[in-house]
Amino acid sequence: MATLQLRNIVKRFDDTQVIKGVDLDVNDREFVVFVGPSGCGKSTLLRMIAGLESATSGDILIDGQRINEVGPAERGLAMVFQSYALYPHMTVEDNMGFSLKLAGVSKEERRRKVRETAEILQLEPLLDRKPKALSGGQRQRVAIGRAIVRNPSIFLFDEPLSNLDAALRVQMRIELARLHEALDATMIYVTHDQIEAMTMADKIVVLQGGVVEQVGSPMALYHHPRNRFVAGFIGSPKMNFVKVTVAHAGPAGVEVRLPGGVNCEVPVDGDGVAAGTVLELGFRPEHIQLDVGGPLEGCIEVIERLGGLTSLYVRMPEALITVSADGNVEHRVGDTLRFGFAPDCAHLFGSDGLALPSLHRHPLAALNRQDNRAISMAGSQ
Amino acid sequence: MTTAKPKPSLTAEGQASFTRTAPAVATALLSLEFRRLMLTLLGWGVSLLIFFPILWMAMTGFKTEAAAIADPSFLFTPTLDSYSAVQARADYFKYALNSVTVAFGSTLLALLIGIPSAYSMAFLPTRRTKGTLLWMLSTKMLPPVGVLVPIYLLFRTTGLLDTRTGLIIVYTLMNLPIVVWMLYTFFKDLPRDILEAGRMDGASTFQEVVYLLMPLTLPGIASTGLLSVILSWNEAFWSLNLTSSNAAPLTAYIASFSSPEGLFWAKLSAASTMAIAPILVFGWMTQKQMVRGLTFGAVK
Repeated sequence: MATLQLRNIVKRFDDTQVIKGVDLDVNDREFVVFVGPSGCGKSTLLRMIAGLESATSGDILIDGQRINEVGPAERGLAMVFQSYALYPHMTVEDNMGFSLKLAGVSKEERRRKVRETAEILQLEPLLDRKPKALSGGQRQRVAIGRAIVRNPSIFLFDEPLSNLDAALRVQMRIELARLHEALDATMIYVTHDQIEAMTMADKIVVLQGGVVEQVGSPMALYHHPRNRFVAGFIGSPKMNFVKVTVAHAGPAGVEVRLPGGVNCEVPVDGDGVAAGTVLELGFRPEHIQLDVGGPLEGCIEVIERLGGLTSLYVRMPEALITVSADGNVEHRVGDTLRFGFAPDCAHLFGSDGLALPSLHRHPLAALNRQDNRAISMAGSQ
Repeated sequence: MTTAKPKPSLTAEGQASFTRTAPAVATALLSLEFRRLMLTLLGWGVSLLIFFPILWMAMTGFKTEAAAIADPSFLFTPTLDSYSAVQARADYFKYALNSVTVAFGSTLLALLIGIPSAYSMAFLPTRRTKGTLLWMLSTKMLPPVGVLVPIYLLFRTTGLLDTRTGLIIVYTLMNLPIVVWMLYTFFKDLPRDILEAGRMDGASTFQEVVYLLMPLTLPGIASTGLLSVILSWNEAFWSLNLTSSNAAPLTAYIASFSSPEGLFWAKLSAASTMAIAPILVFGWMTQKQMVRGLTFGAVK
């Protein structure tokens, strides 16, 4: 039960400004994911919220109270570290009960609480083991258990899954989402993996170079990226970009000339865009249709077959285009491919990197995980 | 053969390279074996060379005074005469007690000061930390005799001359740079995350050090302490200059047999053997710990 507000947070290490004025609101029981490339400041931001790092300026508020000067333990938060940071010389039980021991909780009470938490995470058989004798996934669960025992108002996760193998990561992702439902707690999660961000977040915060690029629901970021960076960062495989020239800007959208010479109208607000301006057209690999009459053409350089899906890397004069196609396409390397894309799902970016605003809001852009659940429940009834 | 023209040449080449490499591998293995043998011999040679004076000293202690200055010989009738003579002249246990008190006292004090210092340098460094560490080490480059007079005068004024407290203070200061340096390197190996997790769990700085840092770097702290004990035990310059009877440790005890009435090799050797025996046994018992602490990081 907690809300968090960041007000114009700045962090400076010596002469380098790593966080350049961040404002953010985290609502009660929200699952917020900070995502961005390494060095974007997401971990630093989390550490400032945790109290392990002090903010150079700005305010951090929990439930409306400024807590900049409050120590990490008194903030009522719990953190799960990337390295798990379990205490190697203590058993799982002692690891999980350490905070209670420091708080002066009696031995029986401690034992009861630890067992309770261990039950949720299926850690009971491991309580007497030392961290050394645990697998990566088990260590991770102990680290999460240690956080739960404290009954924190906000959970902080610092890239908790990046040391796990791919299969375990998917499993833990699901487990974390389930845990969020079960604990009904506010969670802030840092990752560089946009898939983790997309799958778990109610709200994604995209960071780059210490600046918040965009805040929104996963689907809002996917369908309405504010700029070229967010467009390229969210979505996998990455969005394709090609340079185009504006032919005409009208009320129904902006008509651009594609590299092959064909014109295409993208439904975005072209207010103030002059004909002849060079823009960047962005379209996602999954929005491309293979079409012998399509406006674009290129030579296939690489084919990646994933079974159900095939990724085709197509060389165009200025760019390498990724095409997500059906698993059964029969194309070969060296073939010439003609294709088109859905203009409704395309984006145009100005020279400043900002997206021209879409004329239509995508119906799922406001969707978050809670709505997802509502839909699935409605579907099952 | 005629049908597969390019193949024979390939196989021939392959075979040639095989026949070439086989003896080469054998020679390499042989020389590896040989090198290992030579290294072992060298190791034994050097160890014996280092150990020989100690062995000779121990042997001389069991000789008569006449045999001690006679032609060096490994064959003699052992006697405890020198030991009883030495014990009759000075109470060994008084000196030994001083040595133990001073060595362990100064080590304890050095660790008490060194652990917090190394903690702050390893985990809360400032821009001047590196410089401070170097400066501390540089004090070890100063010849002790350079500060003998001021320290002697200070001790005389404060009444610390010939007291164990005075010696503990000097030894603590003498070993502190090494203690802090060693602890610093051990602490630096400890993942920061673990201490931060402790802080998130509500540990105060003191609890962090006691519950997490110290148990996790215990091998490092132990080997630092052992080294400090050994250095203090063997120290002679300050003990000879700052003590006379009350606080004199074993190093002063040995020295007392060397000068006044000429040299008595057997008695000197007996005294020396008794002086180094405890630390030798101590060092031998803690050898494993020392090597582990000094070669590996404290936490892997």
